[in-house]
Amino acid sequence: MSTATAVAEPAAPSAAPPENPMSFVEEINHLLYASKGNPINTCIQCGTCSATCPVASGGFMDNSPRRIIALIRAGFKEQVLKANTFWYCASCYQCTVRCPRNIDIAELMYGLKRYTVWKTEHQEGLIGPVFSETFVKMILRTGRSYEPVLAPTYMFTYGLPEMIQEATMGTALMLKGRLPLLPARIKRLDNFKRMIKHIIPLGDKE
Amino acid sequence: MKSYAYFPGCSLEKMAHSYHISALETSRALGVELRELEDWNCCGATAYFHVDELLAYTLCARNLAMAEQQKLPMVAPCSGCYKNMYFTREHLRHDADLAEHINAALAEDNLSFSGESKVHHLIEVFVHDVGLAQVKASVKNPLKGLRVAPYYGCQILRPRKQAKENVEQPTFFEDLVAACGAEPVPYPLRLTCCGGALIITNREAALSMVRNLLESAIQARAAVIVTACPLCQVNLECYQKQVNKEFGTDYKMPVMYFTQLMGLALGIPPKRLGIGSELVAVMPAIREAQEAAPALAAK
Ligand code: SF4
Ligand code: SF4
Repeated sequence: MSTATAVAEPAAPSAAPPENPMSFVEEINHLLYASKGNPINTCIQCGTCSATCPVASGGFMDNSPRRIIALIRAGFKEQVLKANTFWYCASCYQCTVRCPRNIDIAELMYGLKRYTVWKTEHQEGLIGPVFSETFVKMILRTGRSYEPVLAPTYMFTYGLPEMIQEATMGTALMLKGRLPLLPARIKRLDNFKRMIKHIIPLGDKE
Repeated sequence: MKSYAYFPGCSLEKMAHSYHISALETSRALGVELRELEDWNCCGATAYFHVDELLAYTLCARNLAMAEQQKLPMVAPCSGCYKNMYFTREHLRHDADLAEHINAALAEDNLSFSGESKVHHLIEVFVHDVGLAQVKASVKNPLKGLRVAPYYGCQILRPRKQAKENVEQPTFFEDLVAACGAEPVPYPLRLTCCGGALIITNREAALSMVRNLLESAIQARAAVIVTACPLCQVNLECYQKQVNKEFGTDYKMPVMYFTQLMGLALGIPPKRLGIGSELVAVMPAIREAQEAAPALAAK
């Protein structure tokens, strides 16, 4: 890709924020700062990750992991952010342990999820982002997870047959005593919430 | 007696209650004390790491700090919880700035993280700390002739914890099954993902992954699949009906926890192991194998 140091346009007269000087691949490498793996520039495009990925090889990803890396390196930001690849990653780490260049591909998928959640630029109609956000809000409220709160985040995308299957399974599990009727919560919830506030500022509505 | 700070995790509260009680029963029978962490919180599952990494580490660190207070190593029965706790501890131990930042937050709950408590998966406790010889010596009811597909799944093994860790050809699960007197069958997809949370976020993909795992177990002529993770158990067992509908198959494969298998071998009554709460009954497969076993031995 073109370097970011091309001659700058004469600056606009006032305080317009400067253009982000970082290229897309740099941004992504920064996302992986904490990972022990190598930066994605070291990828040799061998395709081991895609071949080993149970989701890509089942034909469920619109872009394979290898291709996502190629697109990032070529600076195709739009296309990357709109891909379903990382939202359909199951975090199985098979790609990570097999990559000959020791790139932490699974961690890259997490990083891309976070990137698109922050920028709310993910593909339309995905369940993943809504589900993750609901999950997080739930834990921030109670400290524990509770399945029935989560159901509405994905049930709305189901057709009637899936709904019925889901309800039948729910009833069967309920009869076996495997579904909780009441949400659990931790005891020191006030301390817990103050702890969270240290990390992310929360609105006081919660 | 060996003692551990036990972190059950959210799914063991209800959905995987049978894993919880069978873990406690087998541990007791083998002289292992599991002391449940007082006031533990959700480890963040995968969803947290999708939204905010720092917050995810903080949640895990709170649990680790409580285990340190008890001066005990931590043990988690869920592979997802285990992976989150294990790597949070690693990151915080190697990044002093991160640890300091998180400790400032933990102070709100009068806790602090130092990295003292190691993190183990429950299966490791039996395989390494108790040891297979001891397990074998404690078996009262060897499960002769029971063909078991040991399903490792993902996060017990991956990502790698040490550079040379054998993540491609592990044998500890097979060894444990054999120690119970059962017969581990070669299960080609034992390391392949069950779809995990995709069962919610991409049902089509997850059901097809579950189908592959069930088919592979059938091909291996397994009577039962044994897992070490609540999410794997639910995907493989509870969604069989959906798989059958989707693919026109007729799977009725029992899927049990390794602690239930061990418990039966140790002579613990099935009910105390939570057997009976599954959607595909386990006991018929066990009985069938036991009835056929004398015949096998006579041959
Ligand atoms: S396995 Fe590694 S080197 Fe090969 S294409 Fe994937 S990321 Fe690149
Ligand atoms: S971690 Fe994600 S991208 Fe990698 S192999 Fe597993 S599902 Fe595929």
